[in-house]
Amino acid sequence: MKISELAETLQLELLTEPDYDDREITGCYIGDLLSWVMGRAKPQDVWITVMSNVNIVAVASLADAACVVVSEDVPIEDAVLQKANMQDVVILRSPLPSYELGLRVHEAAGI
Amino acid sequence: MHKYYKIDGKDFSIAGEASSDFKTVLKKLGTPAEIVRKVAIAMYEAEINTVIHGGGGECDAAIEKDKIVITFRDQGPGIADISLAMQEGYSTANDKIRELGFGAGMGLPNIQKYADDMSIETEVGKGTTVVLSINL
Ligand SMILES: Nc1ncnc2c1ncn2[C@@H]1O[C@H](COP(=O)(O)OP(=O)(O)O)[C@@H](O)[C@H]1O
Ligand SMILES: [Mg+2]
Repeated sequence: MKISELAETLQLELLTEPDYDDREITGCYIGDLLSWVMGRAKPQDVWITVMSNVNIVAVASLADAACVVVSEDVPIEDAVLQKANMQDVVILRSPLPSYELGLRVHEAAGI
Repeated sequence: MHKYYKIDGKDFSIAGEASSDFKTVLKKLGTPAEIVRKVAIAMYEAEINTVIHGGGGECDAAIEKDKIVITFRDQGPGIADISLAMQEGYSTANDKIRELGFGAGMGLPNIQKYADDMSIETEVGKGTTVVLSINL
């Protein structure tokens, strides 16, 4: 499933620029500790987290996550989104908690 | 090919920039994606340690014929017990650092996992040098 399809099905709010690279999603990783995500997430995973500081951008980019979904409607500063846009990191958001989001990703994408 | 980076020890918001830049360099050179990813993960963890534990320092990243060799140097507090520091989950990071999502104690284990070779030279009160290499 593509990022755009997931965003539509799960009604995710796109926070970064709309002209993103619509990558294929092949897995999902839930976690807030950056080194765990770095070491355990797989390329093309959706990364679900409540972390919202600027360091999530480097982690998503370097670990090659397909996109970041911030759960629980956690607020994100503009500076974070600007950096994400510069590094081609897609950030989406949802009011759902991480667990529920994971379930929805599973239902929608079969992963 | 050779890149040199100064690593700022105060501004956590730019931590990871050397790794991001070097990843871009490797991609432009057409390095295979799996290798780029291994370098990116190992280098990021070493860079973060230089920032949060070492108080900043410098980094040398060299692309050699058959491997990539990356060296991080700092003049921070050093590591008293390397085998303890290498254990998964061991961290001396403070609460402020943990709030940012760092300090899981998985950095050195991640370097071990993703680099083909790593070595640590350290002296308490003097500083730490971490060298990691990834085969091409
Ligand atoms: N450059 C460094 N200077 C001083 N201490 C370090 C350095 N790198 C690692 N350490 C020590 O090793 C511990 C484990 O490092 P690491 O596995 O990266 O976990 P974390 O960074 O999450 O604490 C750190 O908490 C710290 O005590
Ligand atoms: Mg670390």
